[in-house]
Amino acid sequence: MALIEFTDKGMYCPQADVYIDPWRAVNKALITHGHSDHARYGSAAYFTHHQNVPIIKRRLGNIEVTGFNYEETILINGVTFSFHPAGHVLGSSQIRVEYKGEVWVASGDYKTEADGVCEPFTPVKCHTFITESTFGLPVFNWSSQKHIMDEINHWWQSNVNNGKASVIFAYSLGKAQRILCNINAEIGPVYVHGAVAEMNEACAEAGLLLPPYQKVTAGLAKDDFRKALIIAPSSANNTPWMKKFEPYATAVASGWMALRGARRWQAADKGFVLSDHADWPSLNQAVAETGAENIIATHGYTEAFANWLTEKGYNARMVQTGFVGEQMKQEEEKTVV
Amino acid sequence: MKQFTELFIKIDETTKTNEKVEALVAYFNEASDADKLWTIAIFCGRNPKKITKTNELKRWAAEAAAIPFWLFDETYHIVGDLSETISSILPDYDSSVTQTLAETIEAFELALGKSEEEKQAFITAVWKTMNRHERFVYNKLTSGSFRMGVSQQLLIKALARYTGLDQNKIAHRLTGKWDPHNLTFHELLYAENSADDASRPYPFYLAYALDMEPEMLGEITYWQLEYKWDGIRVQLIKRNEEMYLWSRGEELITEKFPELHLLALNLPDGTVIDGELVPMQNNQVKPFNELQTRIGRKNITKSIMQKVPVAIIAYDLLEFAYEDQRMQPLCNRRTILQQLVNQLKQPVLLLSEVVEPQGWQELAALRLNSRDNGSEGVMLKHKQSAYGVGRKRGEWWKWKTDPMTIDAVLIYAQSGHGRRAGLYTDYTFAVRDEGQKLVPFAKAYSGLTNKEIEQVDAWIKKHTIEKFGPVRSVIPELVFEIGFEGINFSSRHKSGIAVRFPRVIRWRKDKKASEADTLQQLKSLIKSP
Repeated sequence: MALIEFTDKGMYCPQADVYIDPWRAVNKALITHGHSDHARYGSAAYFTHHQNVPIIKRRLGNIEVTGFNYEETILINGVTFSFHPAGHVLGSSQIRVEYKGEVWVASGDYKTEADGVCEPFTPVKCHTFITESTFGLPVFNWSSQKHIMDEINHWWQSNVNNGKASVIFAYSLGKAQRILCNINAEIGPVYVHGAVAEMNEACAEAGLLLPPYQKVTAGLAKDDFRKALIIAPSSANNTPWMKKFEPYATAVASGWMALRGARRWQAADKGFVLSDHADWPSLNQAVAETGAENIIATHGYTEAFANWLTEKGYNARMVQTGFVGEQMKQEEEKTVV
Repeated sequence: MKQFTELFIKIDETTKTNEKVEALVAYFNEASDADKLWTIAIFCGRNPKKITKTNELKRWAAEAAAIPFWLFDETYHIVGDLSETISSILPDYDSSVTQTLAETIEAFELALGKSEEEKQAFITAVWKTMNRHERFVYNKLTSGSFRMGVSQQLLIKALARYTGLDQNKIAHRLTGKWDPHNLTFHELLYAENSADDASRPYPFYLAYALDMEPEMLGEITYWQLEYKWDGIRVQLIKRNEEMYLWSRGEELITEKFPELHLLALNLPDGTVIDGELVPMQNNQVKPFNELQTRIGRKNITKSIMQKVPVAIIAYDLLEFAYEDQRMQPLCNRRTILQQLVNQLKQPVLLLSEVVEPQGWQELAALRLNSRDNGSEGVMLKHKQSAYGVGRKRGEWWKWKTDPMTIDAVLIYAQSGHGRRAGLYTDYTFAVRDEGQKLVPFAKAYSGLTNKEIEQVDAWIKKHTIEKFGPVRSVIPELVFEIGFEGINFSSRHKSGIAVRFPRVIRWRKDKKASEADTLQQLKSLIKSP
């Protein structure tokens, strides 16, 4: 019996009878973070990092959920569980599972660069590492966050100089707060879409200190946006909601913007290569730092990444799961209010 | 090289023509003459040769990045662009590039003659002096095919703004067989009587597809009406006792058609004729795919000349007695052309027949039946029109027959390139033969909307049967209406037929695979000879 098995409901620990990020309703669900492919509706009891509690409550409604600190241990039928920072979004965790000296870690989604919003990623020693590989190909090499933020600031400033509003499309949980916390607020006011405001409030409730921003409301006039940066989910692109910002320039913040084809496919003026997932060097570094012999890739370019690790001497394989990672086309997640 | 890279990035980031022109003009203002010349050459498709076979280049890149070949190849299939894959797979080094564009190309061309090992060492070293953007542009430049969202017309517009010269004059100077190695920027744009002038063709004048009711064009008698032939659009030039034949792709194809050489003896000197080169037997125009079997050949043998005889159908007269006729009204040009062709009496040079229907209705009927004589529709040219440059609206229209259509099943998909990289957009379609087996008969790049492309892409990813490199076979379920301009028997294709210009007309969401058309129905569209 493996410590963690892959079933049609999700990653399952039979010894403790709990699931990690199940994609169907179960009794006990340990949740790595609040994105909708990891935190799904319907389970009887949820366990997650305490900063993730207000986030998944907004998304899943009135659920039974318990919050924990990082490294705090939970003992279930002899199995020890603990949450460790994954650096992906606020409250995101890797989940460590130990039973009779054998240690598995399920990474959820992660990035290794500190982003100034969430607790930075910490490597956790284990025997088996279940890793994402959304960007598990060697063409994905991120520039530093500072470099990308400089680019965004530069773009924003030049739009201000041309009398245009700047609309940037980003995931409402994670990237939106990352941009808000790291851009140069002296350039102009920052406005956010309702979906982003919702997540901002959840993050504030979880203890995140956010710089000033305003929600876009019907009462605002066109003139209010001349120097503004507006953060919105990509589903807002090409909708009437955008009209009040005219004239405006658009940009997409996504790891996929590293590909010229994807950049040109997007109906946006500019693409910034900003991702909350690990790039190729960080995936390799993360795998090495766990000291694990067994690697299981769950989503993204799993086949290529697993084959590559096998050639490097790991016991690596891929498993089909319900996780999707960062999407080329961002479907915005529904919020339950 | 730095300036050129910046130009590339600016052009790549915008879809607005004006911004592209501005970027080009700004570049011309700054760049040296040698760089300007090379930039023009590259935009006109005159880029350096490839350094090696694609597979070798992949191997060199994989070695430079210290990754196995298969991983490079897998990555390349996902990125969809070799130059980009190479540029992104290596670290984003700090640039130490100091060479100009012209110097970079010169150094590259010097390396072309070296051994494979030396070439690999050279290219690998160059890659490491460049940041990601420079490396991408460098790879594009040296991969033998460079396209970057700048049409010739856009380039001409920018050059006209930069030099103050007339656009038509620039267009004319950029056509023909000039070589950036043998002349300067000034010679290209300003010098008179350069050695290449004798062979230099005029820019082709192209028609837009008619997108309104023909009645909107006014009196039918104002228009010269001809059939639209499906062959190779050519310019036949005779100057200084020499004959030159240019294709619309600006390729000199004189040598490929020896049977036309006797025209050199008969045509008066200083003549340029615009026409269509078609396969022709017993005064009957044959399907284009017969010509295809001839185009690719290096050696033109007697037997192939007998098998696929050709002729030129003359449309227009651009130069006569060394006088540029293009500004003359079409009806005047037509009069001289008619006299000229009739006097020559050469079976390989025919006059494009002018039809004179009584009204637009009768023309519509002619168009409907145009496939009967092997043409693909009709052309409408205003009798007072000059011979312009490039594609323009208003005075010349093409009115093609509606395509033939068939409902076929999607069986293979391949990821696209460029803007469509990472999306499955290149489709192979099949119909069922008598034994109910699906036989592929056409490949088509999407004619779908962006939204449909994304839907089909998502469907393909979920319904894959097998992957072979970049190609996926999918469950035969989706039905599409495929349109094409012509169809013929072909021994080169598994299905036994070849279709011309296949494209997706629409997604038949209302049809199941079992309701798609059959190979028999497809074959019944072939005109009996």
